[in-house]
Amino acid sequence: MKAKHQRLVLVILALVALVGAGLLAAYALRNQASYFYLPEQMQAEPPEVGQAVRLGGMVAPGSLATQADGITVTFTVTGRENSAVPVRYAGILPDLFVEGSGVVAEGRLAADGTFVADNLLAKHDENYVPRELEGMSEHQAAEMAEETTVGLE
Amino acid sequence: MIAELGLAALWLAAALAVLQLVGGALALRGGTESELAALTRPAAVLQGGLVALSFAMLLWVFAITDLSVKLVAMNSHSAKPLIFKLSGAWGNHEGSMLLWVTVMALAGALIAGIERRLPERTMQATLAAQGFVALGFYAFLLLSSNPFERLPQPAAEGLGLNPLLQDIGLAFHPPTLYIGYVGLSVAFSFAVGALITREVTPAFARAMRPWILGAWVFLTLGLVAGSYWAYYELGWGGYWFWDPVENAALMPWLAATALLHSAGVLASRDALRVWTIMLGVVAFSMSMLGTFLVRSGVLTSVHAFAVDPERGSFILLLLTLYIGGALLLFALRAGAISEGERFSVASREGALVVNNVMLSAILAVVLLGTLYPLLTEAFDVRVSVGPPYFNPVGAIFAFPMLAVMAVGPLLRWRRDSWGRISKELALVAAMLLAGIVLFAVLGEIALLPLLGLAFAVALAVASFLPLKGRRLKRVPIATWGMITAHFGIAVMLFGMASEGAFSQERLAALEEGGTTSVGPWAVRLEAVEPVAGPNWTALAGRLTVRHRDGDPQAIAPQSRNFWAPPQQTTESVLVTRWNGQLYAVMGGSSTDGRWQVRLWWKPFVTLIWYGGLLIALGGVLALVGRVRSDLKHRYISRRITERREERETA
Repeated sequence: MKAKHQRLVLVILALVALVGAGLLAAYALRNQASYFYLPEQMQAEPPEVGQAVRLGGMVAPGSLATQADGITVTFTVTGRENSAVPVRYAGILPDLFVEGSGVVAEGRLAADGTFVADNLLAKHDENYVPRELEGMSEHQAAEMAEETTVGLE
Repeated sequence: MIAELGLAALWLAAALAVLQLVGGALALRGGTESELAALTRPAAVLQGGLVALSFAMLLWVFAITDLSVKLVAMNSHSAKPLIFKLSGAWGNHEGSMLLWVTVMALAGALIAGIERRLPERTMQATLAAQGFVALGFYAFLLLSSNPFERLPQPAAEGLGLNPLLQDIGLAFHPPTLYIGYVGLSVAFSFAVGALITREVTPAFARAMRPWILGAWVFLTLGLVAGSYWAYYELGWGGYWFWDPVENAALMPWLAATALLHSAGVLASRDALRVWTIMLGVVAFSMSMLGTFLVRSGVLTSVHAFAVDPERGSFILLLLTLYIGGALLLFALRAGAISEGERFSVASREGALVVNNVMLSAILAVVLLGTLYPLLTEAFDVRVSVGPPYFNPVGAIFAFPMLAVMAVGPLLRWRRDSWGRISKELALVAAMLLAGIVLFAVLGEIALLPLLGLAFAVALAVASFLPLKGRRLKRVPIATWGMITAHFGIAVMLFGMASEGAFSQERLAALEEGGTTSVGPWAVRLEAVEPVAGPNWTALAGRLTVRHRDGDPQAIAPQSRNFWAPPQQTTESVLVTRWNGQLYAVMGGSSTDGRWQVRLWWKPFVTLIWYGGLLIALGGVLALVGRVRSDLKHRYISRRITERREERETA
């Protein structure tokens, strides 16, 4: 094999591997990326049962209830136009999780229409808002902005 | 006064960077004997000193909590312990960028001060490139992120530091990671310098290799420390979340690992010239991309301090300038660099090419997964990409790489045959198969952890095979380094796979006096008590835990409330045994007066970080070995010239 050929073979090998990785990544991303839903979107076009997605909205006041095991909680996440999705979560609630504040739930829709969350993301601290909550209605966003900018200049 | 001194030092340093750039560039045009060429080295050294002074001034204002400095007022608090006051200096945007340029300037000073192996022209080009890159970051710091800005009126009290960051891990994690991150700028400047002078030789690779090794060791340590910090501080029980911020640190590591191996090929065999230069450019580009992702506010996380869009665009501009410029130079010059030595597929080089290609593929997978949410957001589709993507897709490339890693070091340079090492190949394959069968019988384990366990066992044995038939005392230190690092990979892999395969979790609501269990542990909640610290109050759950028939141990995980700034954190408690860790987190009270407790039993999880430390140790050994043999070579060649001179005079 001539020198020129070896370089060519190496370049082709590297390109094939990288393009392969890219294609594989693109394919996997289409299937594995977890999409973000607002409650009204989840009601209008529900994702497939069991597919990993995320749901973001406000925790409806008065909806938070703890089940008998002391671990499982249920609450309702509301969005615009009176949309509401019931959520079930077993685990320790995030530090600043309260009724009437914003939340992003990671999980999947169950067959009965309940959203089963594996993980809840709430406001971390007064400077942090989950990025997704930026897409809430203007009123909610304004409320959130007010809450979240306390203490900043 | 102190703050102004720091700022003045920074401006002076920027001026010296200009001198370094102009001096280096003129030296390239006018020949290395010109007077300006003599200035570039001292300029780089002095610049390092000035920036270090500036950073020391920043530490000083934080140490005395000078509340007239805006950064201190925004990020510190007089009631904090001193160590967190100091570490708070880099727990914010401006301070962390100053740390960045400090490391960069010190690295530049170090190459200017001690690097003597490069041809002088390449050295001048390298220093000019280093000055050019530093200049951009000085501009960023001075024009849009001045850490020494004064308030018109001193604040009465500081706003405090994010409690998650008030941790001893923070004192070490960012500086370590930055030394690695920014240390790669040296490899970048070397690559650019070599492209400018077209001198890509084994001597060049030998000169570059210790710098890559040094940066790589720190990068490894930074990743290990960051992973452990996330593990015990966040209280989520995981060690790696594929968070964009974590990926931002992983990508330079992947590129640097590939670079390390390809520079080895260039140094020993004069092959892979263009590829090594390319990786030198890519590695630091990944560092800068990481800085952009983390610091520009396009991602929200505990690391994203800057939400000022102007800063984001500034970093993006720098990124485009440097990466684009370097790639353009690469495209123009790559053709002029002649082909290196040839080698056959079954050779050490061949195995290292596979290693490089696989690492690059993993890098591409991580890069695409990290950027994908940003891309879709442009079309107003919000997605997040997590373990369901990264784990399987990364594994497709990682396992073949691990297989090659097991046998590659057994191959000879240039030309070898698989037949010569057929015994070793059979041994590794047998171990792998036996591992898969054994662990599959042991219990129901998902595919990836199963493969992970089997590969880890096979790799652990294979990593010592290069020692076979050699006198142990005569094995070079650098080879011990390789063996240690590869063994470390096996150890880490075993920890990860074991965590994935055997972890058990228990979530329970307990009354005082209530009991539960997780894995081999019996747990009893004795009482819940309030506790107060210097700037927080907490609820502590007093738990008694007992491993099988062992002695009961008392632990007290806390749920803490900080009041400056107001925030809650969980303080988990870890009980470490030789074969794993018990991880306990205290939750809140449920409505009926019971307390939530979350427990994990994670067999062999600590091996993840011990493995990481072994990998870093391997890097240190390799560095020591390379530097020592280099010094020896230099000593010998000096003696030879001395003797020749003696003979001539006699």
